Amino acid sequence: MSGTYFALMAVLVVAAFILGAQRARGVRGDRAGMLHSLPAYHGLYIAAAVLTAMMAIFVVGAPLASHYVVSQGLGAFDPSEVAEQLHRDAALRDIQNLIAGIYQGEPSDKLKAAAAAYSSASSLVFWGLNILGVLAGAAVIFWGLGRITPELRARNQFERFVKYVLLACSGVAVLTTIGIVLSVVFEAMHFFSKVSPIDFLFGLQWSPQTAMRADQVGSSGAFGIVPLIAGTLLITVIAMLVAGPLGLFSAIYMAEYATPRIRSVVKPILEILAGIPTVVLGFFAALTVAPLIRGWGQSLGLDVASESALAAGLVMGMMIIPFVSSLSDDVINAVPQSLRDGSYAMGATKSETIKKVVLPAALPGIVSAFMLAISRAVGETMIVVMAAGLAANLTFNPLAAVTTVTVQIKTLLVGDQEFDSAKTLSAFALGLVLFFFTLALNYIALKIVQKYREQYD
Amino acid sequence: MDTMIKTPVADSAPRIARERPLKIKARNVDVYYGEKHAINDLSIDIPDSAVSAFIGPSGCGKSTFLRSINRMNDTIPSCRVTGNIEIDGRDIYDRGLDVVQLRARIGMVFQKPNPFPKSIYENVAYGPRIHGFAKNKTDLEEIVVTSLKKAGLFEEVKDRLDHSGTSLSGGQQQRLCIARAIAVNPEVILMDEPCSALDPIATARIEELIDELRQNFCIVIVTHSMQQAARVSQLTAFFHLGNLVEVGDTDDIFTAPKDKRTQDYITGRFG
Repeated sequence: MSGTYFALMAVLVVAAFILGAQRARGVRGDRAGMLHSLPAYHGLYIAAAVLTAMMAIFVVGAPLASHYVVSQGLGAFDPSEVAEQLHRDAALRDIQNLIAGIYQGEPSDKLKAAAAAYSSASSLVFWGLNILGVLAGAAVIFWGLGRITPELRARNQFERFVKYVLLACSGVAVLTTIGIVLSVVFEAMHFFSKVSPIDFLFGLQWSPQTAMRADQVGSSGAFGIVPLIAGTLLITVIAMLVAGPLGLFSAIYMAEYATPRIRSVVKPILEILAGIPTVVLGFFAALTVAPLIRGWGQSLGLDVASESALAAGLVMGMMIIPFVSSLSDDVINAVPQSLRDGSYAMGATKSETIKKVVLPAALPGIVSAFMLAISRAVGETMIVVMAAGLAANLTFNPLAAVTTVTVQIKTLLVGDQEFDSAKTLSAFALGLVLFFFTLALNYIALKIVQKYREQYD
Repeated sequence: MDTMIKTPVADSAPRIARERPLKIKARNVDVYYGEKHAINDLSIDIPDSAVSAFIGPSGCGKSTFLRSINRMNDTIPSCRVTGNIEIDGRDIYDRGLDVVQLRARIGMVFQKPNPFPKSIYENVAYGPRIHGFAKNKTDLEEIVVTSLKKAGLFEEVKDRLDHSGTSLSGGQQQRLCIARAIAVNPEVILMDEPCSALDPIATARIEELIDELRQNFCIVIVTHSMQQAARVSQLTAFFHLGNLVEVGDTDDIFTAPKDKRTQDYITGRFG
């Protein structure tokens, strides 16, 4: 139904543009410059008006139409038979299957009648909506053509229309964000009605196994996120210990020392590292790095778990090196050459210039690069799932198995769930915590950048 | 070549070059940027305790030669310098010479003020710190204050030495850069169009300052403004298309130029 409608709409919009531009040229005649706007703007003006009118009809009309069709279809049944949502859905499915010819078994007479009513109502609204839309579009075209005069400010009107289209686009992004946050907050509220926020935030034990039966062993779930936060921080710290120095120093080399030839080879290779899917890095961590660390640890007489925070952290560090190096490289390059010249002219060596002038000037950008890398590390799931394990140990020993907030969310929501148990709902509370964590990091990064932004220039 | 420095200056040389000791001596200098021949066979004597001005139309090579004197051209990979430049009789392109030490002896002020994004104090203390001039904190403070006073900036900034150098006005920033340059007590100060980004009042202040500094330093200034060259310099060199056309006492150059090209330039017939 909507396919035909949108095809008709496209035809009418194009027609509106062509007719509008033509009429404007006719009004202008051979006196160039007598129109307020170019003919194309008159065409765009009418086309935009047609688009707006027909979209409005569809947005309002389509839900009304489908509501009407459903009520016609269900009208063949007794009201008591379709009082419940579940029964109503089943009846509708039967009707639709019968019309499509895939109904299993022999349909009852009642169902046949319902299907007949349903399909006649559908074709009615199909024609109704399309005809209404075309009439409205045509009416708008005639109205618009009548308005075309030399004084019509078609250009300004069309630009106002464009402004609203742009506003709507950014509105979609904002509304999506708000929607996600609200849904997470809403489900988290459900969770907090079952588990107190104090226990959640400060509890030292995480074992989200709630009982199916009251007499089950281990029936009391424990929802303390401290071990998860500790695991997340541990892995993030290890990752940043790897990515911070390596990324920053390679950025300094790339920006200040490398010849253009070396730079043109090394920089793309480094950026390929950012393109490796995290799941590939994950099995690299689990199957190569973790056994290696375990082997070394055992040869030194250390007790190493086969899934360790160290393995996950190291590989995650490798993953975020390109973030740190690429962003830092950009900000170091953005430091004006005049500052370097000033320092060299004072008799400073290259490394003194980098340490005392270039890096301090690039500091805000470098800090925000680190913050972005940290948010990446905190939000990363795949590598940790595969290499760090699931055991919620409260430990800062990098050789032990730990788990992170993201891994627990994934574990809680994979497989069968019931949405009234604290176990499933706790995933949303964890999501909320994670959201605030990265929000805080981004906010800090933003503030730092703002504070130092106008230092040079 | 080294013996040439001892030969007495010829009678035909500018008066100022005869009155003052010789500081910078360049012979047969050529500078190339890749394929481009930026300076062609240049020879000049620059006296100490005086202001020497390089004038000429844009792209004539005057800034390029200035940057050859403290080897700032080394930072441009495609740049190549041949010939001989001596400061106090020492070849500055000699392999045994440390370019970092050379630049510590030669201050430079750039066209656009380029204070570091640090406090006013740290800007001036930068050179003394990296060269270890100050024995202790009081020493350093004294160097900073003296340099700011010499640059005529101290009275304006004495209450806010901890403010960022970039918070100053354009003219103040340029005087801060001059203070930064003289804080390491250089022998030569190179100025590359130091007033081109400044308003007339700030320009006048810088020119006064250059005139005061002349007592103690060998100053070389590149300028687009012939009035400025006439006001502040004692020696003027006119560059054109990579050639040094004419050198002489500033008074002579502006009243009785020998070369037709110089005359055309200073009378505004091209430029």
